[in-house]
Amino acid sequence: LKLEDATGSNRLFKKIIIANRGEIACRVMRTAKRLGVKTVAVYSAADASSAHVNMADEAHYIGPAPSKDSYLRGDKILQIAKATGAEAVHPGYGFLSENAAFAQQCADAGVVFIGPPIPAITAMGSKAASKNIMSEAAVPQVPGYHGEDQSFEVLEREADKIGYPVLIKAVLGGGGKGMRIVESKDQLREMLDSARREAISSFGDDRVLVEKYLLKPRHVEFQVFGDHHGNTVHLYERDCSVQRRHQKVIEEAPAPHMTVDLRNKMGEAAVAAARAVNYVGAGTVEFILDPKSNQFYFMEMNTRLQVEHPITELITGVDLVEWQLRVASGQEEIPMRGHAFEARIYAENPMNNFLPGTGKLHHLSPPSGEGVRVDTGVRQGDEVSVYYDPMIAKLAVWDTDRNSSLNRLKLALDRYHVVGLSNNIEFLKRLSTHESFVDGQVHTGFISDYAGELLREEPPATNLALSLASLAIVKMDGKYSAHDDRSPFGIPDGKRFGHAHERVISLQDRNDTVKVRVTYGKNGRYHFKIDGRDGESVGEGQMNGNELEAKVNDRTVKCKIVQHDHQLHLFYDGQTVELGLPFKDYNATAQVKGSLLSPMPGRVVKIAVAVGDKVTKGMPLMTMEAMKMEHTIRAPSDGVVESINYKLNDLVEEKKQLLSIKSDE
Amino acid sequence: RDHMIVTRRMGFRSYFTDSKLNVLEGDSGRNTPEFNQNTEEMKKVVADLYEKIATVKLGGDAKTRERHVAKGKLLPRERVNRLLDPGAPFLELSQMAGYQLYGEDNVSAGGIITGIGRVSGTECMVVSNDATVKGGTYYPITVKKHLRAQEIAQQNKLPCVYLVDSGGANLPRQDSVFPDKEHFGRIFYNQANMSAQSIPQIAVVMGSCTAGGAYVPAMADESVIVKNTGTIFLGGPPLVKAATGEVVSAEDLGGADVHCRMSGVSDHYAQDDEHALSICRRIVGNLNIKKEPQCVMGNGEEPLYNPEELYGIIPADKKKNFDVRQIIARIVDGSRFDEFKQLYGTTLVTGFAHIHGYPVGIVANNGILFSESALKGAHFVQLCNQRGIPLLFLQNITGFMVGKSYENGGIAKNGAKMVTAVSCAKVPKFTVIIGGSFGAGNYGMCGRAFDPRFLWMWPNARISVMGGAQAASVLAQVKRDGLGKTGREWSEADEAKFRSGIEAEYEAQGIPYYSSARLWDDGVIDPVDTRRVLGMGLSAAMNASPEVNSKYGVFRIGRPAQRPTKIEDDAKNLTDIATPLTGKSVSDHVTPEKPQQY
Repeated sequence: LKLEDATGSNRLFKKIIIANRGEIACRVMRTAKRLGVKTVAVYSAADASSAHVNMADEAHYIGPAPSKDSYLRGDKILQIAKATGAEAVHPGYGFLSENAAFAQQCADAGVVFIGPPIPAITAMGSKAASKNIMSEAAVPQVPGYHGEDQSFEVLEREADKIGYPVLIKAVLGGGGKGMRIVESKDQLREMLDSARREAISSFGDDRVLVEKYLLKPRHVEFQVFGDHHGNTVHLYERDCSVQRRHQKVIEEAPAPHMTVDLRNKMGEAAVAAARAVNYVGAGTVEFILDPKSNQFYFMEMNTRLQVEHPITELITGVDLVEWQLRVASGQEEIPMRGHAFEARIYAENPMNNFLPGTGKLHHLSPPSGEGVRVDTGVRQGDEVSVYYDPMIAKLAVWDTDRNSSLNRLKLALDRYHVVGLSNNIEFLKRLSTHESFVDGQVHTGFISDYAGELLREEPPATNLALSLASLAIVKMDGKYSAHDDRSPFGIPDGKRFGHAHERVISLQDRNDTVKVRVTYGKNGRYHFKIDGRDGESVGEGQMNGNELEAKVNDRTVKCKIVQHDHQLHLFYDGQTVELGLPFKDYNATAQVKGSLLSPMPGRVVKIAVAVGDKVTKGMPLMTMEAMKMEHTIRAPSDGVVESINYKLNDLVEEKKQLLSIKSDE
Repeated sequence: RDHMIVTRRMGFRSYFTDSKLNVLEGDSGRNTPEFNQNTEEMKKVVADLYEKIATVKLGGDAKTRERHVAKGKLLPRERVNRLLDPGAPFLELSQMAGYQLYGEDNVSAGGIITGIGRVSGTECMVVSNDATVKGGTYYPITVKKHLRAQEIAQQNKLPCVYLVDSGGANLPRQDSVFPDKEHFGRIFYNQANMSAQSIPQIAVVMGSCTAGGAYVPAMADESVIVKNTGTIFLGGPPLVKAATGEVVSAEDLGGADVHCRMSGVSDHYAQDDEHALSICRRIVGNLNIKKEPQCVMGNGEEPLYNPEELYGIIPADKKKNFDVRQIIARIVDGSRFDEFKQLYGTTLVTGFAHIHGYPVGIVANNGILFSESALKGAHFVQLCNQRGIPLLFLQNITGFMVGKSYENGGIAKNGAKMVTAVSCAKVPKFTVIIGGSFGAGNYGMCGRAFDPRFLWMWPNARISVMGGAQAASVLAQVKRDGLGKTGREWSEADEAKFRSGIEAEYEAQGIPYYSSARLWDDGVIDPVDTRRVLGMGLSAAMNASPEVNSKYGVFRIGRPAQRPTKIEDDAKNLTDIATPLTGKSVSDHVTPEKPQQY
């Protein structure tokens, strides 16, 4: 590769504009700053005080919160680029990063688009076109039949050619309709008939295609990079198999169980794919890999920097953004070292169908240290809004081998503390410590296959957790202030005369209320007895800021305590325990039966009823959308709609009364 | 410049001296067999105190408590706990009130819990009825305890919070509850007058408030009522039916809805007890009260010596003497005590110290009171009063010295000087009876009648007009004289029986629980807690601005007639009289020790 631009100079840009937000905007700016390149940020109304705005040398407002009015407004971004004298646009990922029209607008405006040439974007943006180009370049693709001849004989012959099991798909299909897995030849006719029936009734078209069906395939992708002189290299692979709803969760590099031979073959295919479109800059060639046969097939090529690029950087020591900015030169073999993982920290609730969570990051303390890299665009106190991706950070770790690296990931996750919104950290801990994951037995169905274990309910809080929480509560009492701060009335030791002070602390452990009887003993010791449980514990401790240094039954524990509203979050021994503090909302006692609260923050996209309508139990009343996911609000009982509190397209916060039903009961 | 260096050096040296000058020596007599035996004895006495309080703490019997809780009500102690700032200490008063006072009727804690604690950072007097004890009705002792709490609140300007849950006056005992000056009506008189003095009066109605009881919330500045359980009416449904024939439910007659929506008798509507207490905490939070202690605070360092050693210092044998400085050393900050007139009138120890940072002048008995001890005491009390320093009396006194030479020397007059000074001193006074409290010594050492802000007793203490043995002797003498006049004989056995009867009665009436049951004190405390209790008492007292320019009654200054004419010899001569007695037992009185040199 050569470290120079298309004109052969190796002059760096003086100033670039970043047409993105969040962690990737911050990440690009970090490298730009290091290289002495000035940065211009753009921001929407929702991001006025975001980290990327703060980090940039200058920042410009581009429009209201919705992406289509802000981060997708290429015209505005280019206006700002011109006005600020930015020479190039870095699109990050998502938004305009793979938009050929925008790349063209940049070219027209005389601003460099940091990405591949426009034809490469166009070619890879089209399924049909890319298939043809890859066929010509001899890049293996999923074997299949996409022909017009729909006779059984032809389909049977093609299926034989592909090899069972095969997948029958309706040409116009979607959502699993008209789709059948055929395990063996004798099932073909029956499955075909049934698929066609479903296809015709669903889409009015019974044409099908046949493809190789891969059982438990893996998603392995190669990072490639090309220069202006036709040189293309790959920077090894990443395994991104562990996904849920096509969203990657933990990625690693290199891929587990990868052989040198397979890597060479796949790497060559990836480079060939890039060369076929005269690729320049950073790109990713995605394959699906059948772990049984080691057969791999081209899926698509992403013509941008990927979310998971940090793990490639960790195992190669290359700064891909720097390379993008320099558009590299000088043929070289990049050595690979060690093993890297990336875990994506999402604001979502895995236990509630991964519904996105939004709100304020009340407490945020990411891990740090050797071999740990956190790419994030948020800080403590920032809001995570409904408008954009719920990913709040990427935790990437590196170590000399896979086991050490995985161990580092686990430790780093233990030290990742987030309070204020739902997040998937506990889920990531379970995932990264799952036996099969540790073995590298990953595939795209991993999460759904092991959902039972990965999404199991937490067991009830332990005596230790409850004792620690109670100890923290009694220790935090000292915060009460008064005018006479020297008065012994202000010593929060619960002193009583002639007897010991007993206090019942009610803690909410999910749906259970647990009562801890605390007796204030001598010399700062407390006795904890949990109602309905055996044993008693004795605890003492010291609060230093939010760190509780406790001794419970002669065991020392360091526990971080974060209180948010009436929730107490405990972080200790790599565990996270969330307990509700005694709290009764007397202001909300006038709760009507049949009141309906929004399950998540989002937008009202459909209102199915009107005031006065009779409804039956289970009937859909309203539909909300957040993060492209819909949630239907249903009637909890038979009754009459009394009020509807929001209009279509209203943005609603979590736990708001959407509408109310006067129950018949 | 040289001069400055010298000054600084000297300054350092003198500070160093300062810092050591007032530290009490506290190691003497530790771990001797006697000390250990004393400790054992005191531990038994203290264990008995804890046992008694454990029973009292429960309130009514288990069944009554269960019924109370079943109504959705919190138990009174739980109410107090939830009212106070979480984890806040509570200076409870007279836990032993009503103890064995009404025969069969067990009126735990007098049926009412009173004490001081912080609510929203403000020190408040909390008065909570215990409906599990005789329905929360007012026995005579209940009235007395309620009034005492109000008296403390008034003296110390503490906002009052009444957690009301009471059936009103105890009807069978109406004659000793209703009509007199210090009876039920006084509660409302006090509420009105405290309110007039800007001492907030807050009532939380958490049960019935019937008849007179209705005036507690009605006369409060601000009141809260709990729905379903709280009711306020002058006459309950049975009385209404009897009087007018009207049939009405308690809720419709005077429930939360009635009083918050219609009558306006109550100001805040609470869903349940917890809600009511939260509202009350908000009310106190909005009182706009600023406590500004008018004193120079010390650093509040802990004593140098373990307070548990107090157990070993108090002799198990009540006739034995001990050095009260050993007690002081375990109560005051840093065991620092700036003694005043150390070499004069040595049976009374006086000096300045700090407790939990608050300055205090200590007057402590170290033997029987002589004229010069009384004069010293009067002098010291005047000093403290003039300087606005609270006074602490550590009482362990058998009385003033008796006998011809003392009476002739004017001990009555000199004792009167001390009593006058103590009576008229307006600084907050605190009394702890750590041993005996007998005769006029009780007066000179600020007994109950002398209006100390608080008076506490140690469980080993004894209180009576004189010792049981002395009383028996005096009474036996009178009886024998009477019999002699009629020419009758009195056998030795009969006299012994007579004497032991008197002694037993004095002992029974002299124990602290007899006293505390009748509210002659504000509570019996574990000696180990003395420092804390005093610290809290001092803190409470700091809510009221100190009264200055106090006046005294007539001090009888004159000298004894037969004594030499030079006034300055007065004290010296009295000392001369006392000197021959040193080391010799005078009846059963405690012998003054030789002054120790410190």
